[in-house]
Amino acid sequence: MMRALRALVRKDLTLFFEDRRAVVLSFAAPIAIGAFFGFLFSGGGGGNAKIPVRVADLDGSSVSRAIVAALEKDKALEVKSATSADEARELVRRGKATAAVILPKSFGEEAVNAFFRQTDKPDLLLLRDPSHTAEAGMLRGILTQHVMEVVSKEAFSGPAGLRSARQALRQVSEDKAMAPSDRKDLTVLLQSVVNLQEHSTSEKTEALGPQGGIGVPYDTKEEEVTAHAGETYNGYAHSFGGMALQFILMASIEFGMGILIERRTGIWKRLLAAPLHRSTLLLARGISGALISLAIFLVCMGFGMAVFGVRVQGSWPGFLLLAVAYALMASAFGLLLAALGRTPEATRGLAVFAVLILVMLGGAWVPAFIFPAWLQKATLLLPTRWAMDALDGVTWRGLGLASALPAVAILLGFTFVFALIAAWKFPSEEG
Amino acid sequence: MAPLLEARRLAKNYGTLRAVEEVSLSLEPGEILGLLGPNGAGKTTTVSMIAGLLAPDGGEVLLMGRPPSTNGAAKRALGLVPQDLALFDGLTAEANLRLFGALYGLGGPGLDRAVKEGLAFVGLSERASSRVKSFSGGMKRRLNLAAGLLHDPSVLLLDEPTVGVDPQSRNAIFDVLEDLRSRGKAILYTTHYMEEAERLCSRIVIMDHGRVLAEGTAPELASRLPHPTRLVAELRGGGDGEGWIGEVGKLPGFSRVSIEGGRLGATVENLAEGTSALLAFIASRGLELASLETQRPDLETVFLALTGRELRDA
Repeated sequence: MMRALRALVRKDLTLFFEDRRAVVLSFAAPIAIGAFFGFLFSGGGGGNAKIPVRVADLDGSSVSRAIVAALEKDKALEVKSATSADEARELVRRGKATAAVILPKSFGEEAVNAFFRQTDKPDLLLLRDPSHTAEAGMLRGILTQHVMEVVSKEAFSGPAGLRSARQALRQVSEDKAMAPSDRKDLTVLLQSVVNLQEHSTSEKTEALGPQGGIGVPYDTKEEEVTAHAGETYNGYAHSFGGMALQFILMASIEFGMGILIERRTGIWKRLLAAPLHRSTLLLARGISGALISLAIFLVCMGFGMAVFGVRVQGSWPGFLLLAVAYALMASAFGLLLAALGRTPEATRGLAVFAVLILVMLGGAWVPAFIFPAWLQKATLLLPTRWAMDALDGVTWRGLGLASALPAVAILLGFTFVFALIAAWKFPSEEG
Repeated sequence: MAPLLEARRLAKNYGTLRAVEEVSLSLEPGEILGLLGPNGAGKTTTVSMIAGLLAPDGGEVLLMGRPPSTNGAAKRALGLVPQDLALFDGLTAEANLRLFGALYGLGGPGLDRAVKEGLAFVGLSERASSRVKSFSGGMKRRLNLAAGLLHDPSVLLLDEPTVGVDPQSRNAIFDVLEDLRSRGKAILYTTHYMEEAERLCSRIVIMDHGRVLAEGTAPELASRLPHPTRLVAELRGGGDGEGWIGEVGKLPGFSRVSIEGGRLGATVENLAEGTSALLAFIASRGLELASLETQRPDLETVFLALTGRELRDA
């Protein structure tokens, strides 16, 4: 029995190591992907990209301007201004910004007042892309830090702070409901602030830093920017779109492998013996591959719609055009594999590797913000990135046909290039 | 009148390897031309060039007098049955035939009829709706043949069509081929089985190392041998030849002497002298001669004479 067992194991190992290219890829692919993403996740490659944020300063006070300036200096943010909440909301909806901060009129003064009394806090509006939850959390923390810095500084050193402290001092002394001991402590504190402010102002110094503060002097109103106001973000829209795109590419691998296997088994020889041009055979393959890809896409998204409430809240023509363009691209990708591959085994490994990279960097698996800035720009060279962004656009973002057209054009461009290379490289002879 | 198929001085190189060199052949209606040779002799490469799957590095192929690559009608006149089972396992027998028929422009009632006749011709009508993956090797071979016949080609290229089939299926394929020949089809039949070539082929081209070594009918090929005749004597009382078989080999003009089951065989240079010498030897040894016959050389002998190697071991 042991002899037979040894022989069987030896046979399997021999067969596995027979195809050198497949073997190399089996070991190289996980190492390469692991090293690459480890490099990215550990902060390599030039650090994370900045979070794109739009800020609409509707207040225009010294406090709000200081907050905007602080946000602009923050290394984690890429701040651009917006003129109104509506403009900012539209930019977030289109995916041009991950979030937008709206500082309403009188925000600065009300925030400084609320700093001491914790009443009548102004609302700060945070418009956020619901597909970027992690980035929104980071932004929330950064925002609190900068607002607190600016408001506390204003409260302890600025004219608004002095006015606010005096007013608070008056209110405390007139507040009969307050416990005498609290009133006494608060009066001492506020009087100290007033004294310090007056002294600091006369000495023209900025003795007090940003430290200190009684409490967060504002409330944050958050709004998920989706297709329409009040519409809840449906995470299934992104996940089903991403998985549809991924598994269409996986199917295209099998499609390409099918051609390679047909070439190996002599079927391709019989097809080529028929009075048909080689291009007819390749075209037929391309069409059938595209139809299968389209079916995968529609079934996957259809299931998401029927069971998980995924909706095309933007352009249906855009959605369908994207589906067709992506299906054509995937089919041409399959032809490319068949044209460039030598053995099905080696080609399959290489293709799986390529598809994993395409879908990962295309944004189907992990949020793109964890990538370095250069990589985020580089992913614009990938058809999956365009498809994913556009699909998000026409589904949960509710964008129109125009938003999908650039991606459709890019996908058709990839289709053309893949098909051209496949036609050029596909062996013209079958011996 | 030009032959249906003509290959003129075909050549094909793979790097420094000369896979096919100066191969010429022609095929007339109602003829089965055997392309006999061991594996690697260049038979499949030759067939691939004729079928238009490979571009020759030299020479030309003419189908009905015209190059097939520029003549769609000529290509329709050609049916290829590749050595591999070129079928879609996941499709039924009928679906496979419908596909291959459509590739040659068949459709509608014509395709229905062709598929029905094709299945009947190879004895698979009962299994028309079965998926090919459920077929035996012999059934797949027969369907493979039917797929090449579906569009009723004038010239049929069969590349080792009986590899790996049981005797029953092999005989069924032979019956089909003989039927096709009687209908006037021209068939190029590659094989490394000499029995098949001898049984089926009206002419035989022997190939090795990419070159044509000889061409002709089986008797013609045999007649070209310097030692064409073999004597076979059935002896009684001679056992397995111990003590005397070596002496037979020393008789003048005798070679390739063997004995098995009391049948003594020997190739002789001259039939009359050899027969006399053998009879005298039998008498001198006191052996009893039950029968004596002469055999013309088989293709194995011819191949051995041409290459110095046995066909099956080449």
